[in-house]
Amino acid sequence: MLLESKAPAGPLADKWKNHKFNLKLVNPANRRKYDIIVVGSGLAGSAAAATLGEMGYNVKCFCYQDSPRRAHSIAAQGGINAAKNYKNDGDSVYRLFYDTVKGGDYRAREANVHRLAEVSVNIIDQCVAQGVPFAREYGGFLDNRSFGGAQVSRTFYARGQTGQQLLLGAYSALNRQIAEGTVKMYPRHEMLDVVTIEGHAKGIVTRNMVTGEIESHAAHAVLLCTGGYGNVFYLSTNAQGCNVTAAWRAHKKGAYFGNPCFTQIHPTCIPVSGDHQSKLTLMSESLRNDGRVWVPKAVGDKRAPELIPEDERDYFLERKYPSFGNLVPRDVASRNAKEMCDAGKGVGASGLAVYLDFADSIQRLGESAVAERYGNLFDMYAQITGENPYKSPMRIYPAVHYTMGGLWVDYNLMTTIPGLYALGEANFSDHGANRLGASALMQGLADGYFVGPSTVSDYLATIGPGKVDSSHEAFAKAVNDVKERVKKLLSINGTKLVSEYHRELGHIMWDYCGMARNEAGLLKAKKMISDLRADFWKNVKVTGENEELNQSLEKAGRVADFLELGELMVDDALDRKESCGGHFREESQTEENEAKRDDENYCYVAAWEYKGDNQPETLHKEALNFEYVKLTQRSYK
Amino acid sequence: MNLKLKVWRQKNAKTPGKMVDYDAPGISPDMSFLEMLDVVNDGLIRKGDEPIAFDHDCREGICGSCSLHINGRPHGPLKGVTVCQLHMRSFKDGDTVVIEPWRAKAFPVIKDLVTDRSALDRIQQAGGFVTVGTGGVPDANAIPISKEIADQAFDAATCIQCGACVAACKNASAMLFVSAKISQLALLPQGQVERKTRVENMVAQMDEEGFGACSVTGACEAECPKGISISNIARMNREYYSAMATSEHVDLK
Repeated sequence: MLLESKAPAGPLADKWKNHKFNLKLVNPANRRKYDIIVVGSGLAGSAAAATLGEMGYNVKCFCYQDSPRRAHSIAAQGGINAAKNYKNDGDSVYRLFYDTVKGGDYRAREANVHRLAEVSVNIIDQCVAQGVPFAREYGGFLDNRSFGGAQVSRTFYARGQTGQQLLLGAYSALNRQIAEGTVKMYPRHEMLDVVTIEGHAKGIVTRNMVTGEIESHAAHAVLLCTGGYGNVFYLSTNAQGCNVTAAWRAHKKGAYFGNPCFTQIHPTCIPVSGDHQSKLTLMSESLRNDGRVWVPKAVGDKRAPELIPEDERDYFLERKYPSFGNLVPRDVASRNAKEMCDAGKGVGASGLAVYLDFADSIQRLGESAVAERYGNLFDMYAQITGENPYKSPMRIYPAVHYTMGGLWVDYNLMTTIPGLYALGEANFSDHGANRLGASALMQGLADGYFVGPSTVSDYLATIGPGKVDSSHEAFAKAVNDVKERVKKLLSINGTKLVSEYHRELGHIMWDYCGMARNEAGLLKAKKMISDLRADFWKNVKVTGENEELNQSLEKAGRVADFLELGELMVDDALDRKESCGGHFREESQTEENEAKRDDENYCYVAAWEYKGDNQPETLHKEALNFEYVKLTQRSYK
Repeated sequence: MNLKLKVWRQKNAKTPGKMVDYDAPGISPDMSFLEMLDVVNDGLIRKGDEPIAFDHDCREGICGSCSLHINGRPHGPLKGVTVCQLHMRSFKDGDTVVIEPWRAKAFPVIKDLVTDRSALDRIQQAGGFVTVGTGGVPDANAIPISKEIADQAFDAATCIQCGACVAACKNASAMLFVSAKISQLALLPQGQVERKTRVENMVAQMDEEGFGACSVTGACEAECPKGISISNIARMNREYYSAMATSEHVDLK
């Protein structure tokens, strides 16, 4: 199958405008004849479900949480970018577009990114109209702050809870439609398969997580807004329930998976405290403005940090990157911390942490000035670790927190299955190999409020409102497959816990497909994952039964899918022999340890096609053509 | 640390539940409370027993999923902290810890410690929004809002809909939760047009769901992990009575 991006021709700035005009419309009176399924209720899902409901379609929206408002978008802290240029500092749609393409290390599609920058301004208007309480200045107008990867202030924020407030805005719009009856909400439902009829997506199969009932839902189009797959690493900043199952089921039914190995690893998280740890918590990277990163010079030095004299400390970022010091970009900071720990110089009980020391800043500025800048972060650190960061240095370590890869979509956000769409973090589309801060919220809402509703209508107008119902044999087959799988999971009754498999998979992914990757390691990981997966299906222990709320069964199904995805991520990382963005291949680096891109051979989107259980997937390449942005090597010197 | 747990176990909504004793040996003080339960559950699964069901997701205090009544207090002993951010160092070796679900008529138990809080969603659906569709809105800076008002609205909007206020209240009243949303939109210019109908409809839905009345004991504010102020309830009462006094929707009999 030929991969067609369907990005329209014509000048960059006119592409979306012209495309929208050329998209087919559905007459308002006919919209009620169409059913649409939205899976997921985060920023992309809630926004899409609400908007499609407002337009007059019949929408069913599904989420695994007990309320749509709990989707993990709620945890985003920093802010949302928009090219409003309220600060008069030279921002524009084109600059936001340019920064995003460059920040993504030139592995995103130009037309998509420009559209994202265009609609960014509408998002802020929409959210304010809903009553989202953004930060304001004394004159009553909106405040902005600056963020990494940009030289302008274009980030709108609501204290450190921007994701929460934006999601509550979308949730309120969703609630209005639920009350009006255009959207029917299905909380505590997990999607376990996509149903295709004659190649088109016509519905889904879900499990009611309270009763265990396996249900069929038919529709004219299906939108997956199911987020990222960072939990394949076991430990990440994602919520416990975040999973790849919906996207992976779609992949197995024919949707190509784009750039699965592109993962973003954030350098400043609170480190793992022991084997029991279930999740990692992000600390704003602004801390690196005033903190100095160091480890002991001697391997295995277990003295308390206060007892290690100055000349026995290695301020490794300052030493290796004298011009950028502690403020090197995220990927460099993360990779270097890992290198130190791998060399046995890590600190803390686990040895998987480096110090972030504020002693110099406290001496220079005084404790109160430091508290004013970072007080809430210091408090959070103290709450989680039980240590006082004013007295002894913080311990930090990188953690997985976003996946740029996802289901491959064309310009219309349609996957390679007609009628099946992927919005938000679930698709691969806009961030290339590295996402800039405050751009995830922007993309989720752009897809949900503005892009998806336009392009889905075009598809619906094309197929017409013919009846779809779940009595087709394709539904019966899908339901049967799901039931068989559940039965299998419950019948193995082995000796090893789901959480043990998940943790092991996470270790493999982190060690060999994490911050730094090389061929030998990836090949080793591929074998390990495949063995682990085989063992899982022989020896996993899942208790209880299907016909009840069964959290052990839910987890087992998700981990089973992660065990398949993990291998594809490794395959993708093996194929991409260049370094770019968050993907660092040790074989491809400059003398200064910077990522070395290979535009001649790897300037493409890798889109993987599923070929059957335990079969190698087929790689399709979508060539990336840059008409406007000039490709350059990023340098921090 | 070695702890003794007394946990509410209930197979489903129809089966009566009971307290069951468990040992939680070898607990690290660095574990979060939910990680301690993970360890206990792993032990139960190994023995072939059913793990303890509890709601949780983000584990960073913002999604509002976690909802445990610990030693008689919603979210446990610390102020301003959800269960997921409560750590075992807040307990002592040898402690007995009693863990129950939220207790309220409007929150029926689904299983063990998991309750059905969908009543709160239905109250939001009754009016917790501004009627505005996607598109066709003015420029964001066309609606100036004083910083003070915006900050007050924000303070109300930080509610995470966990239901601790209901669980803390001897009347199982949802007034703090409802008033937080009413306040956010009553304070902001965007909420003015529907101000009266909103408070009427949300309060009517709240009553229909079976939540109790408010007798101003302040337990809700004391236990709210996000520090939502009880003054929101005063604002909601004012909104409600002024809406009723001037309402165009009340039948005059």
